[in-house]
Amino acid sequence: MDRRATRRKPAALVIGAGIAGIQAALDIADAGFTVYLVEREPSIGGRMAQLDKTFPTLDCSSCILTPKMVDAGQHPNIELMTYSEVTSVQHQEDGFRVRVRQKPRYVDIDQCRGCGDCAEACRMKGRIVSDFDEGIANRSAIYVPFPQAVPLKYTIDPDACLYLTRGTCGRTFKCKDACPADAINFEQEAVMVDLDVSTIIVATGFDLIDAETKPEYGYGVYPEVMTGIEFERLSDASGPTKGEVLVNGKKPQDVVFIKCVGSRDPHTGVPYCSRVCCMYTAKHAHLVRDKAPDANITVFYMDVRAFGKGYEEFYDRVKHERVTYRRGEPSEVYRRGDKLVVLAEDTTLGQPVEVEADLVVLATAVVPRGDVGGVAELLGLERSPDGFFQEADAKLRPVDTNVEDVFVAGCCQSPKDIPDTVGQAKAAASSALCVLVRAREAMSSRARG
Amino acid sequence: MALKTAKMAEQLELFGCIQCGKCTGGCPVARKTDLNIRTLIYHMLVDSDMDVDLHEELWDCTACFTCVERCPKDVQPAELVIALRGELVESGRVPETVGTALMSIFRQGNPSSMARQDRELWAEGMEESLERAKEAAQQGCDLLYFVGCIPSYDQRVQPVARALMRVFEKVGLDVGALGTQESCCGNEVRRMGEVGLFEMLAEENAELFRGVGAERMVTTSPHCYNTFTKEYGLDDVEVMHYTQLLARLIEDGQLTLTGNLASEEGEKKRVTYHDPCFLGKQNKIFDEPRALLEAIPGVELVEMDRNRERSLCCEGGGGRMWVEGTNLEERLAFQRVEEAADTGAEILAVACPFCLLTLEDAVKVRGLDDQLQVMDIMELVDRALDEESEE
Repeated sequence: MDRRATRRKPAALVIGAGIAGIQAALDIADAGFTVYLVEREPSIGGRMAQLDKTFPTLDCSSCILTPKMVDAGQHPNIELMTYSEVTSVQHQEDGFRVRVRQKPRYVDIDQCRGCGDCAEACRMKGRIVSDFDEGIANRSAIYVPFPQAVPLKYTIDPDACLYLTRGTCGRTFKCKDACPADAINFEQEAVMVDLDVSTIIVATGFDLIDAETKPEYGYGVYPEVMTGIEFERLSDASGPTKGEVLVNGKKPQDVVFIKCVGSRDPHTGVPYCSRVCCMYTAKHAHLVRDKAPDANITVFYMDVRAFGKGYEEFYDRVKHERVTYRRGEPSEVYRRGDKLVVLAEDTTLGQPVEVEADLVVLATAVVPRGDVGGVAELLGLERSPDGFFQEADAKLRPVDTNVEDVFVAGCCQSPKDIPDTVGQAKAAASSALCVLVRAREAMSSRARG
Repeated sequence: MALKTAKMAEQLELFGCIQCGKCTGGCPVARKTDLNIRTLIYHMLVDSDMDVDLHEELWDCTACFTCVERCPKDVQPAELVIALRGELVESGRVPETVGTALMSIFRQGNPSSMARQDRELWAEGMEESLERAKEAAQQGCDLLYFVGCIPSYDQRVQPVARALMRVFEKVGLDVGALGTQESCCGNEVRRMGEVGLFEMLAEENAELFRGVGAERMVTTSPHCYNTFTKEYGLDDVEVMHYTQLLARLIEDGQLTLTGNLASEEGEKKRVTYHDPCFLGKQNKIFDEPRALLEAIPGVELVEMDRNRERSLCCEGGGGRMWVEGTNLEERLAFQRVEEAADTGAEILAVACPFCLLTLEDAVKVRGLDDQLQVMDIMELVDRALDEESEE
């Protein structure tokens, strides 16, 4: 008899703490089982935390996400393991032995009060590109990715900190001097933690294709060309610009949206539809109208796919807000004087057109995360031809994988919007709960002897 | 002439088209002529017949292949233009100038109605070098230099070929040349729709190349480079455009450019570079020409807004050297030289015989002669090669 197993309650591991991972963890925890929620970044929240509003209801994304993040952070059955990575997974007779590497934050999270005095004092303040803000704002070397972070604990970026990269930060550590809680500890080292779990939910999310893959649109050449996710940070009222959309210091008068940048494009290696761009572009158009009542807003599209509940209605609403939808995939962006020119064929007119723009927003394709191969190898997961994790059956086993008791949720399986992600997360939690209940019964029957 | 569309639509896999318009949107001539490749594809799909004769605008296509590069579904729209031109060629209904060029290629191996025996005119003043190279080709050489028709015959482009030959000799390459045996590569022939003649040329040329047995080939023109690498099946031969070869020679330290093009006051020469479609867009050779220019002492490279993948076609390719097209007034080359002049450059550098001719012509027409000079990169390299020894 495995004595260790009888001592313990069965537990679940959730890898990735975006909205999918958070929702799955909450459901399992609410059912009374222990959940280890492992997140690579310093905070949970994932992509949804980066968004401004959400379609089609226009709820503020962080307003609906933050309560769930807080719940996950405070739940007695959830152990948050942020700034941590799964490094090995061993299959055992009754589950998995998982090793997690907790990276050093160089901040004692029991001491840190999240006051931010350290970041104010940091010599690198305002000099480090914020990944969370998609490069439109800078931060310090010691940082929280965003104000609503959970846990609200600071982290020192080892690639940016002067002391950690060069061995010296002036005569004295600015952050250490500033910290009122004596939380900063440069001696901190990575900690390895072994977990025994009965089931694993993989919810590692997605990346967006590098817009420079489509050089014809001038991304990286013109500051007026940005991606949809960059626009989210720009438009977010709690973001770095307080929601003010300024391009080159001016409010844009002519705004052009280009959909399907990379998506539906076997030529680029992304044959599938990214599923969220039609709706978030409609949302962006609405947001521009909201902020710039007189702007000329053009959406270039190949097709409009508004398939979800309330989506077609939202698309209708946005069009009534004087947003011009023109059918045709633009072919090129170039500069003419102080304007950009978007070259396209308006296929409805059957004529080539040039549309001037002060701001061009590219709806870039959702692609598998850069680490998808590593995670697949770690767990023995199969991937579909598009690179995402392969579900056991596209119709009848949408959250199962080729590995028993390992489930998938969210965009690591395929591009999907928030409602579908949450639905899939709840499905994955339900499947994981079946495993956990079976494991609990096995334990108690062994305990009874 | 009514063409039955079904077979061609299937052969060219036009059914994959989603009518997004990215082809026509990026087509450099669609803005100024009736050519709309997307609607042509659509007609091929929905009509059972097409009267090809009615589509005079087919001759406007420059075969820049922007449509092919950008099509998200890999439909290859330009190949439809080529196929439809093929229908016209087959029945002999081609513009007279195209017919003349094709006939000249068939008879004399060049499109310019020049005699085959005059193909060595480019080597004027360096006949001995050419003789050595011809000898080397017979004996078997490491590198075969394919001069190309325009550099062989056109007096404006001949110096480019001579400059290349000087570099080969200076570096001491084991280079061969074919002299009067060399024939048109056929790149434009295929793009004008004359598939039969192209296949004949490709077969004969490939046979000739095999006879020389060189492991490497270098071309003056991106057009020759394009067809040799993509349409000849020369699997055992490494084909290079000259900008690739020279950039490598410089990187390896085998070629050093010592002459300085800066003014006596030390002011650098501002040079902008026009990416030829057949070198840039179609073959992704963007860096080597720039590396070459930057290796020339005293050159300051400035970019036009539309560069690399967004370069504007000069309108000289795909047979357009021999057919005017339906809109003469608004030549793209005119627009292009204005863009070059806007950079403040004194020199518009190119790496393609067609671009050299079309853009130089445009500079004259637009009266920009006194501020902008069109030169092949090779001519600039040549200056930097010689200058010091002359002084």
